[in-house]
Amino acid sequence: MIEIAHLHKSFGNHVILNDLNLTIKEGETKVVIGRSGTGKSVLLKNIIGIMRPDSGSIKINGVEVTDLNEREYNKIRMQMGMVFQGGALFDSMNVAENVAFVLDEFMSVDKKTVRAKVERSLGMVGLSGIEGMMPSELSGGMRKRVSLARVLCMEPRIIFYDEPTTGVDPITSDVINNLIVDLRHKLKVTSIVVTHDMNSAYKVADNIVMLYHGQVVAEGTPKEIQGTKHPVVKQFINGEAKGPITENENLIFGYTD
Amino acid sequence: MWNYFKSFSGGVVSRLVLYTGELAVLFGQTTYLCFVPPFKGGRILIQAKQIGPGSFFISALVAFFIGMIMALQMAYQMTKLSAEIYIPNVIAVSLTRELAPVLTALIVAGRVGAGITAELGSMTVTEQVEALKAFAVNPVKYLVVPRFLGLILMLPVLSVFADLIGIMGGFVICVTKLYISPALYFTMIAESLAIKDVLTGLFKTIFFGAIIALVGCHQGLNVRSGAEGVGRATTVSVVASFILIIMVDCLFTTLFYFVLHV
Repeated sequence: MIEIAHLHKSFGNHVILNDLNLTIKEGETKVVIGRSGTGKSVLLKNIIGIMRPDSGSIKINGVEVTDLNEREYNKIRMQMGMVFQGGALFDSMNVAENVAFVLDEFMSVDKKTVRAKVERSLGMVGLSGIEGMMPSELSGGMRKRVSLARVLCMEPRIIFYDEPTTGVDPITSDVINNLIVDLRHKLKVTSIVVTHDMNSAYKVADNIVMLYHGQVVAEGTPKEIQGTKHPVVKQFINGEAKGPITENENLIFGYTD
Repeated sequence: MWNYFKSFSGGVVSRLVLYTGELAVLFGQTTYLCFVPPFKGGRILIQAKQIGPGSFFISALVAFFIGMIMALQMAYQMTKLSAEIYIPNVIAVSLTRELAPVLTALIVAGRVGAGITAELGSMTVTEQVEALKAFAVNPVKYLVVPRFLGLILMLPVLSVFADLIGIMGGFVICVTKLYISPALYFTMIAESLAIKDVLTGLFKTIFFGAIIALVGCHQGLNVRSGAEGVGRATTVSVVASFILIIMVDCLFTTLFYFVLHV
């Protein structure tokens, strides 16, 4: 279980997260939606400890992580995996080396076991037989799936997905959505998915929250969100150019009301 | 006080102080992490291979021509004094104490330092460095330490070869154009060259290697804005390494001459 309370994060004068409160139950898939730049990725990076919050509390399975030093945090991080927006595969390694990264780095496992785990993880994301390929030879969707295989290889209890369907074709997008749903059922992992792809959000979420101005403005099941009357959420999920979110923005060049 | 300091010289001084401070912090972290397990010798070997054999040809070529140029320039002056016989001495001492270490360091800074910044910069903008942190891997331990150790190990080796090849460059001119016999050339070098001359030169290359690694990695890990940022960081990396190498060389030469008298 992840409990976030009164979280604040700013870059200079620019406030990103402003008194954010959020709870993710064990085994739940929570989808965080919101416009680009609202702090969705920053939220994930604060939970996994890549960034440290300015103030507030983050508890992971009851442990307050904001006070931990790097060595203590690393023990918590070993239970978590993150699928980055662009995959973040290591360019100098082939697919097998990327997937086996954590095993090679931290665990004294024999080569045969490593190979078996890599094959199994790649099999789970439907990419068997590409062990020898380099990241530069993979498509965007394949990169994201290899990135997910790399996370699966470490058998995490919590998985973070940063825009898992952004930049991939609709079919690959659906493949990735199915994977997220499958993993939740098979492995019983807790997942946080950051996205602005509403089809993906409705498909994978147990629960959806919307971030706006660094705060959670709405929370509910996909059905509740679809039927929301909240003007900000309504504008966002329907993808409308005009509404409360954009009232101070000139969205069309040369056009003013 | 800090505001006055920041505005002084248009902020140049404060930026220089901050930059030096950041490099010092990175140096501290790197040296500490050199002694923290896990120790992965394979990664240092990979870096050493890229730095040493990869830079050998270009540094050897430059050293050979520098040896020849020195012989020719010395000849221009020494013939007026009928002192051509001392040209091998000057070549040997200047090369081993100063020119071979500094020029090798500048070549490696241009070739390897820029490459380190570009590689780490690309890793930073494509979130690979953040991925390391997410997997509980310290980026300084994983990326900086092998490059740091690779450079401080390989730069002295390259410098030794540059010493020898530079002396051979001088040999070509002295023997073919100045009519100094091969035996006399090597005798003069053996008589003039003391072990301290070679060691002072090599000692400096350890620091030059550290500068190239730290500046290259620091710039790469602090890239901010995409491809443009990588390009800018690479340029800054080379320029900063060049300036620091020359400054540190001046510092050590002064120290050797006035304080240690070697």
